[in-house]
Amino acid sequence: MRSSRGLSHVHAGSLHAPDETMAVRNARDLYTRRAEGVSIWVVPASAITASDPDARGAFFESPQGKEYRHATYYTESDAVPHL
Amino acid sequence: MSVRAANTDEGTVDEAGAARFAELLANEQRVEPTDWMPEGYRKTLIRQISQHAHSEIIGMQPEGNWITRAPSLKRKAILMAKVQDEAGHGLYLYSAAQTLGIDRETMFDQLITGAAKYSSIFNYPTPTWADMGSIGWLVDGAAICNQVPLCRASYGPYGRAMVRICKEESFHQRQGFEILLHLMRGTEAQRAMAQESVNRWYAPALMMFGPPDDDSPNSRQSMAWNIKRFSNDDLRQRFVDMLVPQAEILGVTLPDPHIKWNEERGHFDFGDLDWTEFHEVLAGNGPANTIRVARRREAHEDGAWVREAARAYADARAAEAGASQKIAS
Repeated sequence: MRSSRGLSHVHAGSLHAPDETMAVRNARDLYTRRAEGVSIWVVPASAITASDPDARGAFFESPQGKEYRHATYYTESDAVPHL
Repeated sequence: MSVRAANTDEGTVDEAGAARFAELLANEQRVEPTDWMPEGYRKTLIRQISQHAHSEIIGMQPEGNWITRAPSLKRKAILMAKVQDEAGHGLYLYSAAQTLGIDRETMFDQLITGAAKYSSIFNYPTPTWADMGSIGWLVDGAAICNQVPLCRASYGPYGRAMVRICKEESFHQRQGFEILLHLMRGTEAQRAMAQESVNRWYAPALMMFGPPDDDSPNSRQSMAWNIKRFSNDDLRQRFVDMLVPQAEILGVTLPDPHIKWNEERGHFDFGDLDWTEFHEVLAGNGPANTIRVARRREAHEDGAWVREAARAYADARAAEAGASQKIAS
């Protein structure tokens, strides 16, 4: 669901429908009763490929210990303006 | 979709999974569908979430009943919006329950065969327009008291569904209050109608929080699992404390002579409730149990051809698309 122009689509929820057209209409009825959206994408659950939750440790290991990827790692310049 | 991938078969013990589950609860974190969870936790959630979904779906009836007879076009439109919300809430909750491994057809079947329970409040009839006010003010008010803490329930999909529901629910209570307020500002007959309706709904609304704590065997486990955050009696007290000043603004009398401010406790005292009635209604002997389930079954069965037609159309289109793809390649 895109809540307004300029924002990205964000997951709103799940629903059942026999086909794509009905899925979009059902999504409108179910998730935009208070004008929550200006655009809807629907995706069949079977089309989603997900990372393995059991392997998340190894899979997301790379950024561990790489605090230098964050600006906050560089503290010696704390007092310097506009940096 | 293998939402149960991380779960072991019933009976076997996954020690690492169990430790992680305990750790999630201890750290006030959410349990997600792919996490290991005890079978009891899964079963409790399936029961609670599906009952909650059924309550929303059955809850459409007492008010749907009044859409054609609401006293103005505006009131009709408002009532329709509220009933649509309830359908939506039922669907959010069915989706949440499905993540625990039960399918929707099974839940529908449990409802229309009478195997599943739903909130017994919907087994009371709505003979007057003032009942639309009482349902909003008292029934939805009690529901909100119950549901706000559920936004923090440990099971992620349930908590997230509850956040959406609570956001939408607040209009329900206000519109009910306003119906009663307008009646109380009206003629003598209108005021009498409002009071008579509040007399009927007050006690059943208080019973929505469930039996007293010492008679609520499942509460302790649900609290240990961070599903339930406050006890039945605590929530009931909180609700009464909110109701008393609201009733004063309305000018209605709550039908309980024992309501009295207790300085020492910092709460309103109130009288005992008739739990025999509660258990009777729960057992299926309420004034409207039979008609609610029968109507739901009728609607489900009458809608079968729509579901079949939609599926047949979808299949035909998929076949067409498949055929034209073959030609293209």
